[in-house]
Amino acid sequence: MVEFTLNGRAVSFEGDPNTPLLWVVRDDFKLKGSKFGCGAGLCGACTMHLDGTATRTCILPVSAVAGKAITTIEGIGSPDAMHPLQSAWVEHNVPQCGYCQSGQIMSAAALLAENPNASAADIDAAMSGNLCRCGCYPRIKEAILSVAASELSYDASTEA
Amino acid sequence: MSTLNVSRRSFLKRTAIVGGGLVVAVNLPGCSFSGDLPIDVAEGGFVPNAFLQLTSDNQVTFYCPSDEMGQGVRTGLATVVGEELDFHPANMRVESAGSHEDYINPEFGIQLTGGSNAVRVFWQPLRQVGANTRALILAAAAQDLGIPVEQLATDNGHVVAGDKRYPYGQFVATASLLAQPESDAPLKPKSQFRYIGTEFTRVDAVAKSTGTANFGIDADIPGMVTAVVVRAPVAGAKPVSIDDSTARAMPGVVDIVPVSSGIAVVAESYWRATTAAKALQIEWETKPLGQVTSARVKADLAAALDADDDVEARAEGDLSAGFDSAVQDHEAEYYAPFLAHAPLEPVNATLHIQGDRAELWTGVQSPQGAQGLVQRITGLPRGNIRVHNLYLGGGFGRRGTLTHIVEVSEIAMAVQRPVQLLWSREHDLQNGLYRPASLMRLRAGVDNSGKITAWQARRAGANITGDTMTNMLPAMFPSMPAGMLSKLADSMDYLFANWSVDPSSVEGLNESYSFDNFRVSHATVDHGLPTTFWRSVGHSYTAFAVESMMDELSEQAGMHPVDFRLNNSTGNPRMHNVIRTAGELMNSMSVAEGRHLGFAAHSSFFTDVAQIAEVSVDDGKIRVHKVTCVADVGTAVNPDIVRAQLEGAVMFALTAALHGEIELNNGEVVQSNFHNYPILRMDEAPAVEVVLIDSDSDPTGIGEPGVPPLAPAIANAVYRATGQRLRSLPLRLA
Repeated sequence: MVEFTLNGRAVSFEGDPNTPLLWVVRDDFKLKGSKFGCGAGLCGACTMHLDGTATRTCILPVSAVAGKAITTIEGIGSPDAMHPLQSAWVEHNVPQCGYCQSGQIMSAAALLAENPNASAADIDAAMSGNLCRCGCYPRIKEAILSVAASELSYDASTEA
Repeated sequence: MSTLNVSRRSFLKRTAIVGGGLVVAVNLPGCSFSGDLPIDVAEGGFVPNAFLQLTSDNQVTFYCPSDEMGQGVRTGLATVVGEELDFHPANMRVESAGSHEDYINPEFGIQLTGGSNAVRVFWQPLRQVGANTRALILAAAAQDLGIPVEQLATDNGHVVAGDKRYPYGQFVATASLLAQPESDAPLKPKSQFRYIGTEFTRVDAVAKSTGTANFGIDADIPGMVTAVVVRAPVAGAKPVSIDDSTARAMPGVVDIVPVSSGIAVVAESYWRATTAAKALQIEWETKPLGQVTSARVKADLAAALDADDDVEARAEGDLSAGFDSAVQDHEAEYYAPFLAHAPLEPVNATLHIQGDRAELWTGVQSPQGAQGLVQRITGLPRGNIRVHNLYLGGGFGRRGTLTHIVEVSEIAMAVQRPVQLLWSREHDLQNGLYRPASLMRLRAGVDNSGKITAWQARRAGANITGDTMTNMLPAMFPSMPAGMLSKLADSMDYLFANWSVDPSSVEGLNESYSFDNFRVSHATVDHGLPTTFWRSVGHSYTAFAVESMMDELSEQAGMHPVDFRLNNSTGNPRMHNVIRTAGELMNSMSVAEGRHLGFAAHSSFFTDVAQIAEVSVDDGKIRVHKVTCVADVGTAVNPDIVRAQLEGAVMFALTAALHGEIELNNGEVVQSNFHNYPILRMDEAPAVEVVLIDSDSDPTGIGEPGVPPLAPAIANAVYRATGQRLRSLPLRLA
């Protein structure tokens, strides 16, 4: 049995400990916001926070997160109470198909938690592991910059 | 909740078919699928037609007939219907329509999203739906309020009488008892538009920013099992022998069943299924494609043109007289490889068969096609099959082919449990359908005035429509026996191989310009790798050839590339204007040291686009810093979404221009995941500036037309930067 914290809640998983965390979160805990894109840690659609660090979970065995804190897109905001990055995403009309956006936002949130005043170059460096097939990159960058630059600078304590 | 009876929909039919105006709906025989609308009617809900439901709490639900794959169609069409209904689209609930003949795309004659046509072809019918529904609400209000209808007006979901405002919802009970109007309500003049042409956030932006948007992959049915299919590494091969003894014994495996495309491993979870699938031992039959490598593909295409195997697709004027009057005569050859769509959400489908009913959850470009395939495989009546078409995690043409619906139906029949089928990324890249490789030879004569007097464009490669139709036919004709279908498919292949030219194969080879003397021809060379539409279809490779050639010709003529294009586009005023506008922008640009501009323009899907790429080359690496995109899309329904589509098209096209190549080795696709089929990353993404031509014309396509000009614009800039004329994609410096 693997025990960990998921969006602030203590959970346990009794299946195959080699199961990638992504599938445990999606299928066993029914949080569907994190996506499957490549199964090889190459696209970033499955990005969650592992103790605050943006992590690819499609190749991360659930056994590796025992005792650790996992945060998913559902853990940082909701339609009624959006995270500042989510509000910025809406304001900049970022999503097209939308499939990669949970992963994009999770990578961006981890970046701003560590570097609240991230520059365009910082954003390029931190976000280049998250693929967007629709090509929303200019808007993603603008949305992150708008939060990085805002007076209401990012508050990491809002994270579950 | 109840489903709606067919008898309440009479007015819609008139709207969708007669009200189509310029477009004519063609209902293919065998395609008819009427019956109950796939709408859950709320208590007291008013459903005047297939597209709208109004409730007493003043909620409006719009059932969007086109599939949302990122192009913004739910917002766009909600805006079109909301304009005439006078209800702000941002306040609507917008849902994907299920499968029903009332949602047929008026131009395709089937329920299909593609060809960048949704806003163009639904523009008139959905405005009429909105206007007629508003007229009903007004008639009900007149009756309820005892005020003549002439003294009533509307304002964003409210009936206005003097200084009083009444929500539409107050009148839905009365409206639902009224007869449909005898004639169509008048449409607004464009000068009175209040939502069309304005910018507001996409209706799906919040859901897609909070992880709450439901995609096909998110369907989760109690008791569901997960399936993966192991398919032949060489397309079309059947298994000769199968040893599944190890896989069967692995934990969580429910069953292993043959399906028409391979062997399905069904397990308690995706992880279990995919782990067990690796333990399958399968020997596949050999196919002629198994001998084919990428180098041979290119050589075979060249050999076909060398042997003059091409047949005429279209021609005008007198080509040899045109060459006789030329002072320059130039010929060049261009090549584009196979490409995969690689939508970020791999294709998937979830099917639950219960007794004589079935429910399907997926995200496809043809819910009608999906329904037809479930009908064909399960034998259930069409009306008993409900399709929930969820958000598509990217389409780009890939989700117009529905072999995964065949697979999930076969698996669900075999295991008798709700089942989710998921393709892996490796399956997506190696077992899918591709933009065909294309070799193009262009020859042109130019006279002293810089006018092209002769234009000859020859293309060799596989066709696109045949494979797509072969896969679509069983969906369109669910009851037609397999033997008859295969004869139909064969006859289409024969038609395009020997008799006529598939229009998709050669589209874009001349139409952007007004040539007096031209000939476009085609040689079909098909190695058996399945093909289908890929964002912008034939234009995705023809524009590269044509617009590279135009730059080469302009240099030989000693003219500015923009002036040269203006000289040769006078018969196409809209394209001409876009080229002129972009040319003026280009001339006003100040370019930093070491950077170079390249220009290209192309007309596709009734939209005209010119792009200026600002490029540098360092250490043999091509870097695109900025792309300026000028487009005439007619009326921009939501200009910000139009801009987003053109921005995204630049990124999609840049992936292809710099990285995109599917290679074959012994018939097997070499590329397997994003490490060797790279997608553009943020640190490579250029800035994009979009300039929309102000227009009162009806809207034209936006999803695809931004793709074609980008690769040649870069190639033309690279030539200026390096002197190297790159005539093969992806662009690689010597």
